[in-house]
Amino acid sequence: MKSWLTTTDHKRIGLLYFWTAFSFFLIGGVEALFIRAQLAQPNGHLVTAETYNQLFTMHGTTMVFLALMPLSASFFNYIVPLQIGARDVAFPRLNAFSYWVFLLGGLFLNASWLVGPLFHAGRLNVAPDGGWFGYANLTERQFSPGPNIDFWLLGLQILGISSLAAGFNFIVTILNLRAPGMKMMRVPVFTWMTLVTQFLVITAFPVITVGLVFLMFDRFFGTHFYVSQSGATPILWQHLFWLFGHPEVYILILPAMGIVSDVLPTFARKPLFGYTVVVYSGVLIGFMGWGVWSHHMFSVGLGPIADSVFSATTMLIAVPTGVKIFNWIATLWGGDIRGTTALHFAVGFIAMFIIGGLSGVTHASPPTDLQQTDTYYVVAHIHYVLFGGTIMGLFAGIYYWWPKMTGRLLSETLGKWHFWLQFVGMNVAFFPMHLIGLLGMPRRVYTYAPELGVSDLNLLSTIGAFLIALSILVFVVNLLRSRTHGQRAGNDPWGGATLEWSIPSPPPVYNFSVIPTVANRLPRWKTEHHEPMRDPPAAPPGPIHVPGGSWWPMLAAFGLPILALAPLTHTLWLAFVGAAVLLAGIFLWAFEPFEV
Amino acid sequence: MTTHATHTSLGLDNRKMAFWAFIGSECLLFTSLISTYLVYKGKSVVGPYPHEILNIPFTSVSTFDLLMSSLMMVLALAAVQRGDMKWGKIWLFSTALLGLVFLGGQVIEFTEFVHKGLTLQTNLFGCTFFVLTGTHGAHVTVGVLWLLTLWVRALQGKLTSAHATTVEISGLYWHFVDVVWIVIFTVVYLIQ
Repeated sequence: MKSWLTTTDHKRIGLLYFWTAFSFFLIGGVEALFIRAQLAQPNGHLVTAETYNQLFTMHGTTMVFLALMPLSASFFNYIVPLQIGARDVAFPRLNAFSYWVFLLGGLFLNASWLVGPLFHAGRLNVAPDGGWFGYANLTERQFSPGPNIDFWLLGLQILGISSLAAGFNFIVTILNLRAPGMKMMRVPVFTWMTLVTQFLVITAFPVITVGLVFLMFDRFFGTHFYVSQSGATPILWQHLFWLFGHPEVYILILPAMGIVSDVLPTFARKPLFGYTVVVYSGVLIGFMGWGVWSHHMFSVGLGPIADSVFSATTMLIAVPTGVKIFNWIATLWGGDIRGTTALHFAVGFIAMFIIGGLSGVTHASPPTDLQQTDTYYVVAHIHYVLFGGTIMGLFAGIYYWWPKMTGRLLSETLGKWHFWLQFVGMNVAFFPMHLIGLLGMPRRVYTYAPELGVSDLNLLSTIGAFLIALSILVFVVNLLRSRTHGQRAGNDPWGGATLEWSIPSPPPVYNFSVIPTVANRLPRWKTEHHEPMRDPPAAPPGPIHVPGGSWWPMLAAFGLPILALAPLTHTLWLAFVGAAVLLAGIFLWAFEPFEV
Repeated sequence: MTTHATHTSLGLDNRKMAFWAFIGSECLLFTSLISTYLVYKGKSVVGPYPHEILNIPFTSVSTFDLLMSSLMMVLALAAVQRGDMKWGKIWLFSTALLGLVFLGGQVIEFTEFVHKGLTLQTNLFGCTFFVLTGTHGAHVTVGVLWLLTLWVRALQGKLTSAHATTVEISGLYWHFVDVVWIVIFTVVYLIQ
């Protein structure tokens, strides 16, 4: 127990990220089921309008910040150091800090479901209810007087610190801790996309931090950043949010693209088609992701010039994305394909992401976007890219790397059931939403009238959502079953080309008994020019220094939610306690003897 | 001039690289704050307005003080690097002291503004001015704490020329905060 609480081992932190994020994924999924159950029939009354607002807000917030990002982070932690031939990340204690801040931020946010009585709300749930992009000035105290939005803005501030700390850590890890011979253009694509993602994180998060700080000052200290009577423009929030929000979309999808770029070659037994182009496309997406944010704001009326420019950049960003898709398909072409579950999810990712990408291009045109905005058409699009895209990609990664992380294979039979249930379920759930939206049903409204003519389609969508839930149940059974019944994985169950497969599963605490020297991009495969590398010996030739654990990152992390409680409860002394805990944690951390 | 404890792929110290990334991230933070200040410039519907209240001569002295603290920082690093801990201590303390003087100036300035009727809640100028300069002041405070910590460690004999990189990184932070102030001073005070 103690060894898990104080751990600084990237592999353990990776597993902690996985289980925590997966738990939040289940919570976000249950919220989605409530939403779909409410909408199964017209004039539904399963939940009240207020609770419905909280459900869709928390569903979006949870899935983006507490499920998808940290599930990717689970692989950054576990896999990236293994792929570059490192013994750990550059700053192991900072890594532990990121995890604890993430956990505490997630708990802080979700506590809002249960603490209504403490705020004399007259109900149990006071969860955030302003939508995941929390538009000002709806989120101002005047229009949202309860603690709901406070939980949201303080929770996101906490989570931002976790992401930023991880961002600096992984940038340094990937740039600086590569094994000898692991040049940048030999780095596996997943690690490359992790690097691009982290650059997006450290540049995008400060922007939302500022937006949230303004909101915090407006709500707690009476400033006027988003108060139109004072001459302010609520559009400022939209710019700050989407300046973060659109890079965030790529923060969510690039890791999944990286996973798929590693899974496809393994199971097609072919090098990735156009590695260089795939890498540069990812980098280009990272840059272009900064130039498209106002396509979320066409309905604001920014004028024909702004609309045209952002329309053009949005269509342009489809080009590097399309390039990647053709590269993946070309990788499969003529390959010696093994239809594993991981490959199913990777191919599912390509197919679903194409649909989501195409509906995305339709939003790029302002005239059509004005018809689609705030309707279920947009909900369909976001779920094709984030569920069909990111989740499918993450599941490809789970089936691919789970054996490495636990030493046991997941069942392929249950895996196929999981895949097909999920694949059919997601299309049944989300495809009708395109039609529901085009027929005029607005998003974020808790019910609809039978006269709108979307009742059957909504019922269908709800059935799909429960099919997805069933598929996740199969996956959970598979996960738990693998702990005792899973086949032993050995070093390399798939015949992988990259370094993580050269060591035992799960890897020893020091990862590599001898740090490998890398001579080419696919070190473990025989190619025309290269013999496969020799795997590191089973036992290290000499003693290997492994850093011990530390309590202080966790202590420092606890300071943040305590600090956040101060404004939430209007208690000044809590701010001093929180600051003291944070400072104590940082100083003890800084002066602790700890050799990496 | 840095010590390489461990081999790194790019030959740059891990902490220093992380810090450059952090500074890059901070640039976006201050860019967002300064942009907001500029977007809301002239949008206040009630006074006091900037030209009625900003005291350029006073703030010029503060700015000069902060610039001089950067010079002290350079001298501190040079002293630590050549192993001259006596002067290292003196310059580290001087840097922190000038930082404190700057913060004192900010306290005086803020107090005066509040007396003249400009608070956080008065108008958009008050909101954007106090949050922007306050965020910068918070950064200076962190820097002062950091420098004083290093100074105390040096007094205890626990900070030596072997820790030159540690001092160098605190210097990176200090110079960055200084540069940000130059931008704020120009944008907020000089170009009204």
